[in-house]
Amino acid sequence: MTIPKKLVLVGNGMAGIRCIEHLLKLAPDAYSITVFGAEPHPNYNRIQLSTVLADGGAGLQDIVLNDWSWYEDNGITLHAGHPVASIDTAMRTVTSDQGVSASYDVLLLATGSRAYLLPVPGADKEGVIGFRDIRDCETMLEASRTYRRAAVIGGGLLGLEAARGLLNLGMDVTVVHNSALLMNRQLDPAASLMLQQELEQQGMKFRLNAQTAEITGRKRASGLKFRDGSRLDADLVVMAVGIVPNAELAAAAGIATRRGVIVGDELATSAPGVYALGECAEHDGIAYGLVAPLYEQGAVLAKHLAGVPTEGYKGSVTSTKLKVSGVDVFSAGDYMGGEGSRSLRWQDEVDGVYKKLVVRGDRLEGAVLFGDTSDGAMLFNLIKSGEPIAGREKELLLGFAPGSGGATAASPLERLAAMPDDEIVCGCNGVSKEAVVQAIVSGGCTSLGAIKACTKASASCGGCKPLVEGLLELTAGDAVVQVKEGICGCTALGREEIVEAISSMGLSGVRETMHVLGWSQPEGCSKCRPALNYYLGMLQPGSHRDEKESRFANERYHANIQKDGTFSVVPRIYGGVTSPAELKHIADVAERFRVPLVKFTGGQRLDLLGVRKEDLPRMWEELGMASGSAYGKALRTVKTCVGDTFCRFGTQDAMGMGIRLEKAYERISTPAKFKMAVSGCPRNCAEATIKDFGVVAIDGGWELHAGGNGGVKVRATDLIGVVRTEEEVMEWSGAFLQYYRETASWGERTAHWVERVGIGSIREALASAEERIALNERLQEALATLEDPWKEIVGDPELRKNFEPLAAAGREQA
Amino acid sequence: MSRHRVGQAGQIDALGSRIAVVGGEEIALFKLTDGEVLAVENRCPHKGGKLSEGMVCGSAVHCPLHDWKIDLRTGQAQAPDEGSVRTYAADVDADGSVWVETAERPDAASALEAARGAGTAPASASGREGRP
Repeated sequence: MTIPKKLVLVGNGMAGIRCIEHLLKLAPDAYSITVFGAEPHPNYNRIQLSTVLADGGAGLQDIVLNDWSWYEDNGITLHAGHPVASIDTAMRTVTSDQGVSASYDVLLLATGSRAYLLPVPGADKEGVIGFRDIRDCETMLEASRTYRRAAVIGGGLLGLEAARGLLNLGMDVTVVHNSALLMNRQLDPAASLMLQQELEQQGMKFRLNAQTAEITGRKRASGLKFRDGSRLDADLVVMAVGIVPNAELAAAAGIATRRGVIVGDELATSAPGVYALGECAEHDGIAYGLVAPLYEQGAVLAKHLAGVPTEGYKGSVTSTKLKVSGVDVFSAGDYMGGEGSRSLRWQDEVDGVYKKLVVRGDRLEGAVLFGDTSDGAMLFNLIKSGEPIAGREKELLLGFAPGSGGATAASPLERLAAMPDDEIVCGCNGVSKEAVVQAIVSGGCTSLGAIKACTKASASCGGCKPLVEGLLELTAGDAVVQVKEGICGCTALGREEIVEAISSMGLSGVRETMHVLGWSQPEGCSKCRPALNYYLGMLQPGSHRDEKESRFANERYHANIQKDGTFSVVPRIYGGVTSPAELKHIADVAERFRVPLVKFTGGQRLDLLGVRKEDLPRMWEELGMASGSAYGKALRTVKTCVGDTFCRFGTQDAMGMGIRLEKAYERISTPAKFKMAVSGCPRNCAEATIKDFGVVAIDGGWELHAGGNGGVKVRATDLIGVVRTEEEVMEWSGAFLQYYRETASWGERTAHWVERVGIGSIREALASAEERIALNERLQEALATLEDPWKEIVGDPELRKNFEPLAAAGREQA
Repeated sequence: MSRHRVGQAGQIDALGSRIAVVGGEEIALFKLTDGEVLAVENRCPHKGGKLSEGMVCGSAVHCPLHDWKIDLRTGQAQAPDEGSVRTYAADVDADGSVWVETAERPDAASALEAARGAGTAPASASGREGRP
């Protein structure tokens, strides 16, 4: 075995690490690799920094491309937080600012670029930053907590993404741009104006044709002064006018640089054994600032280093996609058009769509898309390949051949089907349609996540996600039908077979059920275990011991787990009707436990949020109220309007009816959460027609509605029938509830269940009085075994202990 | 390396979990069906969910926030999710005491804190080779 050569990478960003990933695939043992990175982070996706701002910084972990363990798994030595201070090209060593040295046979410079800071007075003030790295993001997040006004200098891609991020953080944002047109280097005037309009609607402000002369303020920036003497107040100034390649390190080592580190087609610099790629490199006079060229360079260099023949790097044709919410913009190639070129335009101000193709001779030379960018990848391929498009120009623009009639416009799926196999779907990672289809067909990928893991398609900017999903639908559609789907990956059995088996064999307990029915995972998974626990409880109400270990955290702790690990407490307030004394009592308890947030829920209850787990039992004890089951697959709330008690339109006692329903069915386990409402008249102020079971009073009776949903997909209820008395409301609602409990799949809301089994079959099942009475008897049997879970935990130390941390006892050295 | 007695095995329910704070680090202790106790960092590599509140299936736990499945022996997330949590050697002695071993890293708590601040948890700190 040969001794591996020493490879040192300076720069732990997307370009360098991408090249290393490639190299590891081509020649896994050829090099021993050391990486120096200036930032104290593993390699992350710089393109998605704007998404980090969108969620308040919570998603930093999501944009990490290679976590710490990746370096370890691949035997890479990483010096994170070590900017390299010097290179000795004679001794072939690099040294970090903290004095860590490494010698190399091959040195890769991927030092990237930094924000270009306008050389105006005041640019060094506090509160003036670029938008390049995690630290800039953190500064923005911090500033948004204290300050309100932000100015972004630069109306290009980066500037607009930064501005959108700051808007998300609740800041008042003005974009200052030196041209009259936003993104004037990527968009033609028509698209640029449409973009401006859209962003203005989102709340972004613009100061166009403005030349910044000075950043004013004392220690910290307080505003901008323009050349025409006008001013703009700003407590945070983000410079996004351009980038400067980080070439100083190379220059200091005597390596040839101009704007960037000069490289040839093999990405070699003027020094032996030293290569440069990414935003710090200048090839053929161009230093690229987009990800696709960097990846192309990385691929060429990796092949070269692995000894695989390549044609060398020949420069890149670039395309741009803007990723700010609600705006789809794409541009590629020569989008302005000039002498000797012709252009085709389609502008639809109704739907906000604009398309422009620039054609020279019989070739497509450039394209701009606004509002609908689904053709971007296809057009970009045509531009890159340079294939003749004569006669197809209009089809390319409109998505269908004129003369065939607009009605036959190809659907996105048809267009995907017609896409050539070698066409690139994911521009960032260079993944072709064929590669995605292969991953589905031979790789067995059946989800976007699996395809992403397998091919990296849609793993960078995410813009091609709809295409990848389309291919999945197109390719895996039939396969899914052929495979018999069990309730989860542990079994091929469906809901009916499982319920049938439990009943006929009298199986008891989740464990026995999984064992007898031949589960592939002996202890199941988070999908089947709660389902089995539910079915067992439903079929054996008297004898099944509810298994808390097979319930989600919410149902185990009888409170809603929040993203920070705290819980929320919703006490039962029947019908949403309370009293001054009860409110005072809740307020007292909330104050005693320093509850950080009190909120009214959508279901007319009080939500006490941010409670520490160890405080829950004591808090319940002091509240002395029943659990509102706001966390469970159970009856949530019965929402009511005032009804005839006070309302001049009310025809019945809606509050009384609601309270009676809630008291009757609280605590019952259901396949999915179950919401009810009672309205006192057809004005329906309690919104009963989007509930699982809704009751609407009419003069002299009650309408019974079922299968509504106000959540992900709004569904109005179907009418089950009209009854005259409160007793009948109880009889029908109980029968409906039990029928749903007995026939729906675990996790299936009534809206889906009604659509699956048909409202007709439900009406039929509830039609006979005997059947309704029998259903109600079974429901009562289940209800009889239930106790208030809060009370139960409060009084049982064995249950209560799970809310406390284990006491960390004495420590002893081994 | 140091060993810490964190409690009695009987205080953890089967297929349940309790937490213990050792040297500033929150550790989740899980008891499997056969009584074995496993210990991992109580922080899902995805969004920092508390794994101690998750459902235990075999020797894996499902994070309560977004259902990532974490192997309690290796600390690895199940593909296609990527990431890992730190694992700790844990055992139950003859008296039923639960012991957890932690590496002697006095800066561990502050490093974890710093990483949390930056939002990039060093999912497995041992992977940071060459870090001074």
